[in-house]
Amino acid sequence: MDNDKLVIGGHEFNSRFILGSGKYSLGLIEAAVKDAGAEIITLAVRRANTKEQENILDYIPKGVTLLPNTSGARNASEAVRIARLARELGCGNFVKVEIMRDSKYLLPDNQETIKATEILAKEGFVVMPYMYPDLNVARDLVNAGAATVMPLASPIGTNKGLATKDFIRILIDEIDLPIIVDAGIGKPSQACEAMEMGAAAIMANTALATAGNLPLMASAFRQAIEAGRKAYLAGLGRVLTRGASASDPLTGFLRD
Amino acid sequence: MENQFFVDSAGLSPKALERKHRLESDPSFRTNHMEYMEGMEIIESDVCENVMSHVKSYDYSKYTEGDVRAALGHETCTVEDFKALLSPAAEPFLEEMAERARLETGKHFGNTVYIFTPIYIANYCENYCVYCGFNCYNKIKRMKLSMEQIEHEMKVIADSGMEEILILTGESRGQSDVKYIGEACKIARKYFRMVGIEIYPVNTDEYRYLHECGVDYVTVFQETYDTEKYETLHLAGHKRVWPYRFDAQERALRGGMRGVAFSALLGLSDFRKDALASALHVYYLQRKYPYAEMSLSCPRLRPIINNEKINPLDVHEKQLCQIICAYRIFLPFVGITVSSRESASFRNGIVKIAATKVSAGVSTGVGDHEEKYVGKESDGEQGDEQFEISDGRDLDSMYRDISDEGLQPVLNDYLYV
Repeated sequence: MDNDKLVIGGHEFNSRFILGSGKYSLGLIEAAVKDAGAEIITLAVRRANTKEQENILDYIPKGVTLLPNTSGARNASEAVRIARLARELGCGNFVKVEIMRDSKYLLPDNQETIKATEILAKEGFVVMPYMYPDLNVARDLVNAGAATVMPLASPIGTNKGLATKDFIRILIDEIDLPIIVDAGIGKPSQACEAMEMGAAAIMANTALATAGNLPLMASAFRQAIEAGRKAYLAGLGRVLTRGASASDPLTGFLRD
Repeated sequence: MENQFFVDSAGLSPKALERKHRLESDPSFRTNHMEYMEGMEIIESDVCENVMSHVKSYDYSKYTEGDVRAALGHETCTVEDFKALLSPAAEPFLEEMAERARLETGKHFGNTVYIFTPIYIANYCENYCVYCGFNCYNKIKRMKLSMEQIEHEMKVIADSGMEEILILTGESRGQSDVKYIGEACKIARKYFRMVGIEIYPVNTDEYRYLHECGVDYVTVFQETYDTEKYETLHLAGHKRVWPYRFDAQERALRGGMRGVAFSALLGLSDFRKDALASALHVYYLQRKYPYAEMSLSCPRLRPIINNEKINPLDVHEKQLCQIICAYRIFLPFVGITVSSRESASFRNGIVKIAATKVSAGVSTGVGDHEEKYVGKESDGEQGDEQFEISDGRDLDSMYRDISDEGLQPVLNDYLYV
């Protein structure tokens, strides 16, 4: 377990919990780092684009990797501009590409995401694209130079868990990059389930931000993610993975 | 009881008074409010028809307690559910509606509350809207800021820490043309992270021009969706044309604006029908322009200079809260703005339930920010106010009060791309 690192674009992380952006507060960031062990924190560039009074950059503890996102972008070229701005703001080379053409459900636009990923990867960004779990798109993202693939579990903010479970499983089976489950994870048990399946990490925000006791929920997520990871590494028991097996082998009749 | 809107200001010429009285008393003297005036762009759109067919057939008295319970039980709020939530039958369920609304707000906005401020750069107006302090027959101090004055005012506001501004004018193309407003917006972009406008409706190409000048958000209040009532309140001027106003947001989006805001002025007509229409206006435009950002305001009538008695009639705080909760449950992703027309205590309460945006440091007058913000007596002229505000908190106290409620005040969440 000690050598079990999350590797993204050549950078190693011990934690498999990533704090998403959106519902920030100082308390949330503290809890995410201290109690959930987060080493990566997402930062909406549109929110960082502010004067000193509430600059989120000031909230982020040293040693934590910033993951600026492109929220607000409606197409690839807007996402590229926001990513470049993030780099100018001193947010480093990581970028989470998120492109929405829909203000109601905030579902990602896969086609535009592929285009933006390709441009940004060529410019040396560590690109982490947020996407709707589609295998063909995931393969295109790999070819475009993505560092991870980040499928949504269910619509953002809904806390509904793994609504797209079967499709995420396909990505885990077929894509060689880390699959980070993003959006819709509402409970530690859902995070655990995704990790048991082989997800490389979990990104969450609302589930923590809206919890009654932030630090306690943060530590629950940490434990759930660690438990899920251990179960995955251990290899789930046959009963769990395949259902009960017959006591006599089905092929026992074969003679030679 | 109805509001008594007609007031004769001292100083109007006999000729002006005669015309005013004739407009007020003789419908045949007034133009057809459904007919476009010269120069007004007509767009092909089915949004108005979709909205108004619901509004016309909406009989809120037929909804029962059972309908309200069912609406609150549904995961997705349908148009029919929304109608139930706006009905009198929902009034006893206000607390449950507030709980549901708070949940939806949390899912989409977390605990954030955005803060902005308006700036009126001119108060000349060519319309006779009987409830408005700027109406052309109301004897008030008129003023239009020069570019130097605009820059000075904006600097004062920006120095207070404000990052989002909403530029307003009276509705006078003659005094405040699109070019003038565009120049003001260019100045605003130097001082603010986000620039919106609330001006007279314009054509698509003019919205495009204003977008190029730095505007990304357009607010137009329909005032009332009841066309017959509208006719009796907007007696003269281009604002009299109801359908041109209705299509303003759609023209703004076609002109490249990122977001649009909507509202009825509650208290002018049947508030339940107006609330239904406002939300459906958002609903149908969102389906047509899914990438657009939408927001709703919910202003109630306020007293104006020379008519202290104007009030929102049957739209009390309870009804206003019901409307806002119903908006939130039906349109969970939409921003809801509650202006300084409402009291500090109402605003403190409603941001915990459903409102996501409040104004602070508000003046509805022209050219008086330095006096109001830093106490420096103005050496120049000032223009009178559009209406009386109720919540006079400045940015610092609003920021503090929001934080004290356990919420997070946000000055900017916007990026021009």
